[in-house]
Amino acid sequence: MAEEKKIALKVNDKDNVATIFANGITDGSIVEIRDPHGNMEEMRVIGDVPYGHKIAVRPIGKGELIVKYGEEIGLASADIREGEYVHVHNLESMRGRGDWAKEGRKE
Amino acid sequence: MKWYGYRRADGQVGSRNYVAIIPSVTCANDVANAIAREVQGTVVYLHHQGCCQLPPDLDRVTDTLISLGKSPNVGAVLIVSLGCEGTDHERMYQELSATGKPVEIIHIQELGGVTNAIREGTDIARRLVIEISGLQREPAEMSEIVMAIKCGASDTTSGMASNCVIGYVADKLVDLGATVVFGETTEFLGGEHLLARRAVNKQVADKILQIVKDMENRAKSVGCDMRRGQPTPGNIAGGLSSIEEKSLGAIVKSGSRPIQGVLSYPEHVTTQKGLWIKDTPGREPEILTGMAATGAQFMCFSTGRGAPQGFPSMPVIKICGNPNTYERMKNDMDLNAGLIITGDKTIEQVGEEAIAKLVRVLNGEMTKNEAIQYFSAIDIHCLGPVI
Repeated sequence: MAEEKKIALKVNDKDNVATIFANGITDGSIVEIRDPHGNMEEMRVIGDVPYGHKIAVRPIGKGELIVKYGEEIGLASADIREGEYVHVHNLESMRGRGDWAKEGRKE
Repeated sequence: MKWYGYRRADGQVGSRNYVAIIPSVTCANDVANAIAREVQGTVVYLHHQGCCQLPPDLDRVTDTLISLGKSPNVGAVLIVSLGCEGTDHERMYQELSATGKPVEIIHIQELGGVTNAIREGTDIARRLVIEISGLQREPAEMSEIVMAIKCGASDTTSGMASNCVIGYVADKLVDLGATVVFGETTEFLGGEHLLARRAVNKQVADKILQIVKDMENRAKSVGCDMRRGQPTPGNIAGGLSSIEEKSLGAIVKSGSRPIQGVLSYPEHVTTQKGLWIKDTPGREPEILTGMAATGAQFMCFSTGRGAPQGFPSMPVIKICGNPNTYERMKNDMDLNAGLIITGDKTIEQVGEEAIAKLVRVLNGEMTKNEAIQYFSAIDIHCLGPVI
């Protein structure tokens, strides 16, 4: 295998998350966020983030849309800080929500 | 570019030449399986449907089994019927005979039970295998390819590496006049607007949106959050947080060409060319059956976590997007798209490797999945209850 690079990929300009493709990322690790234009930005990670998981590249308020591939992938269910781990604990899906339908909540 | 396959009476070209042992109902599985174990050159479809279901599902099962028998990878068929099932085994026999393939049928109850049926069926299967075994491969055009595509046990590398490779291959094959079919309607949720935009006309766009809505409504009717069912715990452990994220990565494998239409689950392609959708769930046993029923000669299957499943009569090429998984599961994976993630190869480079591989597989080279024979868990997707 190639030498491990601590990189995180931001796929689209509209994205507010980036995906980390590196092993051993723990709270306080520094990753290099790369965008499709070749820009690089260093960021301090908040939380232990497994390979292939996401971090916020800017602060995201509770109820705000989370965007990857330039498309909506869910809602923030809590305030999320820049560099913070984003996953099922703070990202809510907006589809297939039979529970919302039951509660009379609209998707 | 050409490939070499088995030309059938109905004009289709197969990459394999099997005798298919088809149980018309799950209750005939043990007899069908015993026959298949006895006779080299056979495959068997051990599904769990065909009786005590509502009529639309019984028709769906009958139609799917007919389409499996029509597959160009199947040279002859032996239908194993119990005798009292809900599927229409007579229609299976008639429609399959009309293809010009040798077709035989046995009925377990009529033959006086399991032992007699296995003995009779084994003799018939041996005769069929010998009958088709001398068939030679002939040159075929790239436009005669029917490729099925799927992703399974996905993680976040799937949408950024292995599905991109399949998207590259899909575009190339469509441009060569071939047929490419993708499914997993559940994994359009959150990305259906992007697919609808690529439909050839408004009717097709509306149909795409409709099948997604129907699939989502079936899930929602249970009254809970779909997460854990989709995305699966494995997807979630791989970093996929929602069905929307999974879908957006999944649809990348369809490439960028226009979508010609939507095929129903049992539908077998005849003259359709270009990129098509087949309305299927995401789970392996059901989608692989649906794709083999389409008439695909092979499947390109993308994975991140490492899904080893295949299908008895349809070679499955595994393209792994996660470099860590590839290292761990090399013996089950055909191509390493993880090198895209590590920056060692481009999508185009792995895409060209995939095209070279698929032509070799069409010509007869075994996939890892065929070598490990990991393909008995198959099933037919039904919509109504078992009653």
